[in-house]
Amino acid sequence: MKDKETENKSGISDWIDERLPVFTFINHNLRDYPTPKNLNYFWNFGSLAGVTLVIMIVTGILLAMQYTANTEMAFDSVERIMRDVNNGWLLRYIHMNGASMFFIIVYIHMFRGLYYGSYKYPREILWMLGVVILLLMMATAFMGYVLPWGQMSFWGATVITNLFSAFPVIGDYIVTFLWGGFSVDNPTLTRFFVLHYLLPFAIVGVVALHLVALHQFGSNNPTGIDVKSEGDTIPFHPYYTVKDYLGLGVYLIVFAFLVFFAPNFLGHPDNYIPANPLQTPAHIVPEWYFLPFYAILRAVPDKLLGVLLMFAAVMVLFFLPWLDKHKIRSANFRPFYKQFYWLFFINCIVLGWVGAMPAEGIYVLISRVATLYYFGFFLIIMPFLSKFEKTTDLPSSISAAVISEKFDNKEPSSSESYVK
Amino acid sequence: MLSKPFNLFICFLFLFTIANSFFVKAATSNVELIQQNWPFKGFFGRFDKASLQRGFKVYSEVCSACHGLRHISYRDLEGIGYSNDEIKVIAGEYEVTDGPNDEGEMYTRDAKMSDKFVGPYENDKIARLANNGAYPPDLSLIVKARGGGADYIYSLLNGYKDFPENFEASEGMYYNEYYPGNQIAMPPQIEDDIVEFDDGTIATHNQIARDITSFLAWTAEPELERRKSLGVKTLFFLVLITIMLLGVKRKVWKHLD
Repeated sequence: MKDKETENKSGISDWIDERLPVFTFINHNLRDYPTPKNLNYFWNFGSLAGVTLVIMIVTGILLAMQYTANTEMAFDSVERIMRDVNNGWLLRYIHMNGASMFFIIVYIHMFRGLYYGSYKYPREILWMLGVVILLLMMATAFMGYVLPWGQMSFWGATVITNLFSAFPVIGDYIVTFLWGGFSVDNPTLTRFFVLHYLLPFAIVGVVALHLVALHQFGSNNPTGIDVKSEGDTIPFHPYYTVKDYLGLGVYLIVFAFLVFFAPNFLGHPDNYIPANPLQTPAHIVPEWYFLPFYAILRAVPDKLLGVLLMFAAVMVLFFLPWLDKHKIRSANFRPFYKQFYWLFFINCIVLGWVGAMPAEGIYVLISRVATLYYFGFFLIIMPFLSKFEKTTDLPSSISAAVISEKFDNKEPSSSESYVK
Repeated sequence: MLSKPFNLFICFLFLFTIANSFFVKAATSNVELIQQNWPFKGFFGRFDKASLQRGFKVYSEVCSACHGLRHISYRDLEGIGYSNDEIKVIAGEYEVTDGPNDEGEMYTRDAKMSDKFVGPYENDKIARLANNGAYPPDLSLIVKARGGGADYIYSLLNGYKDFPENFEASEGMYYNEYYPGNQIAMPPQIEDDIVEFDDGTIATHNQIARDITSFLAWTAEPELERRKSLGVKTLFFLVLITIMLLGVKRKVWKHLD
């Protein structure tokens, strides 16, 4: 079947391909592309993130055609989109919830990488490009949230931009520079709109680099063992294309459920109140995806230190390949790392939870302990385990792992057997 | 094998539950809201048009004295079952300033279907002046803009009580169980028979509160019925195609064994 297809290739595509090898490129990167045959469903999240980015850009461009970036008109222009623009409510709800979906997908994608050691040699730059994407996403999402010019938009922008004033000497200049004035006002809104439109295309660029870096060595896999022979891989198409489609189907069900039946579930009611610089909301809460970082910020009594720690919480990810130098990638074969990893996962959720609570009483203590573990995990536990952790027996190859899983229906080697 | 994509689904649900627990339901004080069984809730939720029309009457005769609905046009009333002729009559009862005309002067004319609802006050300052310094908020989005949504509005309208003893009340304020801080500037507005419904429904306090809340739920989300019906179709399609994809995926991967 396949051979026939290639033979029947029309002359035009050959003619083009000789001069501009697009078809060779597609064939090489999306069709024959050898991929480890044991990838589990956590490897779906890369393609899901890509799809989400496209959804966000398409809906975003359509929304930008109707939106007005002016403090007097922004709120009403969004309501006009919701009420008078054909299917405007659908576009906006997709875009609004798409942001949350994007972060869920990317966070799972990152936790996947953290568990299976995908950031280790030779994929360090791949990982670091991913962190750059995360940073760009955070900036884009933050500025996007300001655009509807509701109460949370305004006060969120005020609180976050004010963080920069913590820096000695230059702090106030930075803040004035960001605002384009002496408070969050029209110049702030217009520049946020421009940057919110611009940055996604920067993300597209970095995503392209991310993919180039990925295809240099191919995907990591659940065993973390390198591909050793052709028998360890299968062509990307049809195996992983169809698996990605299936994952996409499941993802869109969740996404659609949110858009159609709980569109404001992840938002804050206060953002349906027009921005009022004279009235501060009772609680200023960032969007859920910033809450863990917000918790770290508030865990420290000193403002400057809090700000620095918050930035450090993301920046530390850049150094992951050098903090964890353990030779074995996958946590499946690292009994101790595995436990610290799950503790870290729970810790991140705890951070998110205290981030939404008022900064008082027991919550402060919890946020401090959780912050300590967050950094302790990267800066102390990881380097320590790199030196001293012994691993369980590794399968000899990806194929061997697949076979033993099939016949045993058990993990190739369980962590208990080692601990004893 | 079916369990794997299903796990993925569970994974999402799990994360949403977490996200939900993050939520500061900053709604009100710690009082439980009165839960109502609204017809517009749920997968197949629809508005009760008769209730919306009664609610519109309550708005026009009671609320509109102080509260605007600036995001709503008269033509939108088609959505709650009024005909064009009826809407023209409704709009005609209001006057808007238009112009300048060819003589360069502003003039007033009857409101048209395309006009937004005429608000009660010229500007915020006058609104405050007329209301003892408190600003009566625009109601177009009120159901979306308050934690608890329709239940909160309904509870608030039913939440007026006498001041408890030892409560330090400010001048001209009223006690409301559900309002944050319990002191609200709006006097209780609803009482039995304060409006007379055209369809013969008995205008009890609860009935009025329920109808006006339904109406405000509609002004906040006029797209709700379309959204839900499109949502049901979309989900049906997606579930169907995902099941088919599951079959395709299994068939393709079978070759590997």
